[in-house]
Amino acid sequence: MAGLSMADIEKMSARDAFGLALSEIGAENVNVVLLGADAIGSTRAAGFAKRFPDRTFNFGIAEQEMISAAAGFAACGKIPVATAYGFLISLRACEQVRSDICYPNLNVKLMSTHTGLTMAEAGTTHHSTEDIAIMRSFANMTIVAPSDSVETVKAVRAVIDYPGPVYLRMGRGETESVNRGDYEFVIGKAITLREGTAVTIIACGIMVAEALKAAAKLSSEGVSARVINMHTIKPLDVEAVLRAARETGAIVTAEEHTVIGGLGEAVAGVVCENSPVPVVKVGLNDCYGIIGPEDMVKQRLGLDAESIFKAAKKAILHKVD
Amino acid sequence: MKLTVSELECKARELRLDSIEMIAQAGGGHLGGSLSAMDIMTALYFNVMRIDPEHPMKADRDRFILSAGHKAAGYVPVLAARGYFSRDLLPTFNKLDSRFGMHPDMHKIPGCDASTGSLGHGLPVGLGMALALRLDGFDSKVFVLLGDGELHEGTNWEAAMGAAQHKTSSLVAIVDYNKCSMDGPIDQVVSLEPLVDKWKSFGWETIRIDGNDMAQVLGALKEAADRGNRGNPVVIVADTVKGKGAAFAEGDYRWHYGCPSEDQLAEARTALGGE
Repeated sequence: MAGLSMADIEKMSARDAFGLALSEIGAENVNVVLLGADAIGSTRAAGFAKRFPDRTFNFGIAEQEMISAAAGFAACGKIPVATAYGFLISLRACEQVRSDICYPNLNVKLMSTHTGLTMAEAGTTHHSTEDIAIMRSFANMTIVAPSDSVETVKAVRAVIDYPGPVYLRMGRGETESVNRGDYEFVIGKAITLREGTAVTIIACGIMVAEALKAAAKLSSEGVSARVINMHTIKPLDVEAVLRAARETGAIVTAEEHTVIGGLGEAVAGVVCENSPVPVVKVGLNDCYGIIGPEDMVKQRLGLDAESIFKAAKKAILHKVD
Repeated sequence: MKLTVSELECKARELRLDSIEMIAQAGGGHLGGSLSAMDIMTALYFNVMRIDPEHPMKADRDRFILSAGHKAAGYVPVLAARGYFSRDLLPTFNKLDSRFGMHPDMHKIPGCDASTGSLGHGLPVGLGMALALRLDGFDSKVFVLLGDGELHEGTNWEAAMGAAQHKTSSLVAIVDYNKCSMDGPIDQVVSLEPLVDKWKSFGWETIRIDGNDMAQVLGALKEAADRGNRGNPVVIVADTVKGKGAAFAEGDYRWHYGCPSEDQLAEARTALGGE
């Protein structure tokens, strides 16, 4: 990819990886158009904008207009890639996403950056901790949250090729690499990163890295934990979830998002209906993010490996025989 | 199909009655706005727009967005009369499994280019369409019919700025300025004035007409194409009468939504049926 090695991409942020992939896709597919809202630079789509200025449209700080316009582009056969911070797409332009894109099932790609608490020091207005819940509630919507920068490159390609509305969720900073080797990324197909028998940790986005750390700590105590990278939150890989329930008997979910309406409730819903086992959710416990350095904020709010470790112990304790 | 002014007037009269009949049999509908905008929609579909009902999805067709989606009770009869589907379907309005109800769905109504209903969405959607069509090298126009009350929504003004910035000269907005919103005369709710100056200050070419005078409507829609050659988007501010053609409803904001009585229906049939 543009003379870059896998190791180069591993060191990138997810949004940089997105920008890189988008620029390459732009050369391959003339129907792809970029829509921005005065954040083309910070969403890292500038590479595409520079290479394809005729296919780049900046709407200024007007996300609602941009999202509606994306519907118009899609209705005329284009593949609009609309870029903005997560809270702006999911909250500011919520009704446009629902009524202009999801209801008519238009082929719009919503590329959401700075999600979760990855812009922690910017404060609550800039935190994107409800977006999964909002997007999950819309029929026709697909939600993808890649776990690292290499996976983001694969995810961007898959999302562009996937018919219908997609919300792609990316953080701001550099990611820890969690996926090994070259693997096939399929929307809706979860990846088991670590086998285990006593409990399964199902995580998405940058919480996958925390899940792996928690699993290593559990292992050091003799507890065998499976780790699933649930990069697609909707449609959920129900088969992988139910296999985890049946084979390990306890589940922990981890997401950089409120525990209300996100990955955790999606997993719990499926488990409750089909194969009831304890499900313990790690995420924001019905509260807003706070200001501070990202890692310290996450630690304070329980969005780290330690919290997942404790949640796993709790889930195992609550197992029913 | 290009009807003359007098033929368009006749067609609009027939379509007003279709709309009233449809609303009456459904037990209610958005009568006021459907009738105020009828001359504009009739001129577009029976003279101005480059469309082919035999091939409704042609890539280079002109687009129409009913941003004030509640005027579907006027729009649906226009599409039926233009041949997109049978007029026999009109009595299904609002019924279970109907192709159409109060607000139009692009996937259910042949000839409908955008699903609308929530206000303030049509202009930015139309902007996206105009930009996409231009990118493909088509000279297609995108007509967006806006309600006046709808202009309270800020997204219209986001799109107004965006369209001017992007020199979207193929975008034509038409304001059905019937001076009423749901709660009352619009000047008593939140006034839009000075409306033409607002659009001008946003960088738009403006044309103001009597939107219930067919000769003026047709003239303005054609002029919009010429004005667009200056590189700017064009707005037609069309002064209209809410409920136009139904004497019992004309100018009365309370007819935003309603159902005509038997007597009112008979009165409309006499006035519009030409019998």
